[in-house]
Amino acid sequence: MRPHLVLLVDPTVCDAHGVCAELFPERVRLDPWGYPIIDGRDIPPVLEVHARRAADSCPRLALHLVEEVR
Amino acid sequence: MIATSIESRRSAPLKGVGHVRRVDSGGDRGRVVDTAPRRRPAPTAPPRPGVPPASRFPRLLAGVDEPTGPVDLPHHLELWGPLDFHRARAGLVDELDASGLAGHGGAWFPVAAKWRSVGAGSRRRPVVVANGTEGEPASAKDGFLLEWAPHLVIDGASAAAAALGAGRVILCVPPRLVAGVSREVVARDGLRMDPVGIEVVPAVEAFVAGQESAVVNALEGRAPVPSFVRIKPVRESGVGGRPTLVQNVETLAHVGLVARFGAGWFRGLGTARDPGTTMLTLHDGRGVPQVFEMPLGVAMRQVLGLSSAATADYQAALVGGYGGGWVSMATLLDLELSEGAARRVGAGLGPGVVALLPRDACPVAEVARVVRYMEGQSAGQCGPCVLGLAALAHALESLAFDARPPRGLLDRVGQLCDLVEGRGACRHPDGVARFARSALGVFGDDMAGHAQSGPCDRVGSRPVLPLPVPAVMPPPGHNGHRDRPGRALREVARR
Ligand SMILES: Cc1cc2nc3c(=O)[nH]c(=O)nc-3n(C[C@H](O)[C@H](O)[C@H](O)COP(=O)(O)O)c2cc1C
Ligand code: SF4
Ligand code: SF4
Repeated sequence: MRPHLVLLVDPTVCDAHGVCAELFPERVRLDPWGYPIIDGRDIPPVLEVHARRAADSCPRLALHLVEEVR
Repeated sequence: MIATSIESRRSAPLKGVGHVRRVDSGGDRGRVVDTAPRRRPAPTAPPRPGVPPASRFPRLLAGVDEPTGPVDLPHHLELWGPLDFHRARAGLVDELDASGLAGHGGAWFPVAAKWRSVGAGSRRRPVVVANGTEGEPASAKDGFLLEWAPHLVIDGASAAAAALGAGRVILCVPPRLVAGVSREVVARDGLRMDPVGIEVVPAVEAFVAGQESAVVNALEGRAPVPSFVRIKPVRESGVGGRPTLVQNVETLAHVGLVARFGAGWFRGLGTARDPGTTMLTLHDGRGVPQVFEMPLGVAMRQVLGLSSAATADYQAALVGGYGGGWVSMATLLDLELSEGAARRVGAGLGPGVVALLPRDACPVAEVARVVRYMEGQSAGQCGPCVLGLAALAHALESLAFDARPPRGLLDRVGQLCDLVEGRGACRHPDGVARFARSALGVFGDDMAGHAQSGPCDRVGSRPVLPLPVPAVMPPPGHNGHRDRPGRALREVARR
């Protein structure tokens, strides 16, 4: 049980702006309607800066970078 | 709008217990018999308080019989004896752990684990919510319990409050049952039975309104739609910001018995892996649905109680309701009545719904109508759910009803299922995906037939699966896509 960093999108507020896929293609791609499909694998330290930038740049603040204990 | 659609759903079946199919409590345990309503059967065990009525079956439906009416408080106490809430306070969570009781609202999550997680690390007193919403149109067991045996449910809710130290207990019940349940709560007040006052509130009647965060939102005066709970689960912050236990009413009825007689008694029916009993709603596609109770782990052929000739009248069965899955009759008959077994065949037990599809029904049309209904029940918040389910419904309607459906529809249905799964704030789209995907498997030939040569000759037959509102065809040219759900759709959902 060690904490993993994962990116979550709150689908109730996401408006398909797509900024996330632009900034963090390592874990985010867009579906045919422009909504993010997030790869749920944990985020290694080298990618953390990109994940954080994506979360901070989402115009709807729909992205959450959280620690999950699994 | 919601209210009217539900009226039409509720008025139809299951008014009386006359249609309850019960299992003979005598000798041949587990044998299913169709009982005409009879007078109250003699209790199978002498009503001595505290002495476990070991052989009693049915459990939750004990004493439910038409001529005597619902099990009122004196009858309830005569059947089961009083409940010691002090004992519940001390050791009920461990007892529930040992009992193996899982939630009967659809997800079959272990009850003890859920209770332990409620308010872990919080110093605020939790709230207990009994979820009697029963948003699933094909399910009738929760309303049935609340109408005919409400005291077990209330016992369970109070036991939960005692065990968790909760300061509020709220029963969410279908609007038509608010008066009846309130009357029973008042009767209990007269005996000062419950450790915490009990509030009875009308549930919002819509499919996703039964999802636990939607229940909490409704209680808080917000739109009755789910929240994104990965960040803030209701077990941490629910009603009034307090840690909140949302538990299905049937689950609580089982709790009411575990609190009295313990885990060992509870395990006296069912199997080691799936202990206890479950309520079921069975649709035979012809008459009114039947609500009854069964030990978990029995074979589905025992649940159905059909002759082989009668079995041959059906082409397939839906297990688990509209978030469940289709199975062939051959698979069904040997299927064990359990969540695990149902999952292994691409379904799930859900809230305990089994619906048989007669041979003269068009499965493709049935599937399309249900998916359209489920699309309409989306809370309109999450893009992939709103757009994906609309596209899925459109594809299935095209497959079912178009004279020349466009090519590649079957593949498209599969792709859309993949696209919506896991993409919503709640599991509504996941349920629809399971329903549609299993239909691709079980009705593959029928679907291929529609895809190749248009509707089969059964397409116009009377719809079988119950829906609260008559299904309407979308207007011509409707392509299922709206540009963006965003706020506009959220407004619609709020109204
Ligand atoms: C779309 C959706 C609808 C639901 N509707 C109901 C419902 O009507 N009644 C219910 O008890 N649980 C419903 N649930 C499950 C609840 O979220 C919750 O898990 C349940 O009430 C917990 O009780 P249990 O653990 O005793 O089953 C629904 C879940 C989803 C995703
Ligand atoms: S940037 Fe934010 S709003 Fe835009 S698609 Fe990504 S999560 Fe959704
Ligand atoms: S997934 Fe669908 S039903 Fe669930 S909250 Fe989102 S829009 Fe509503």
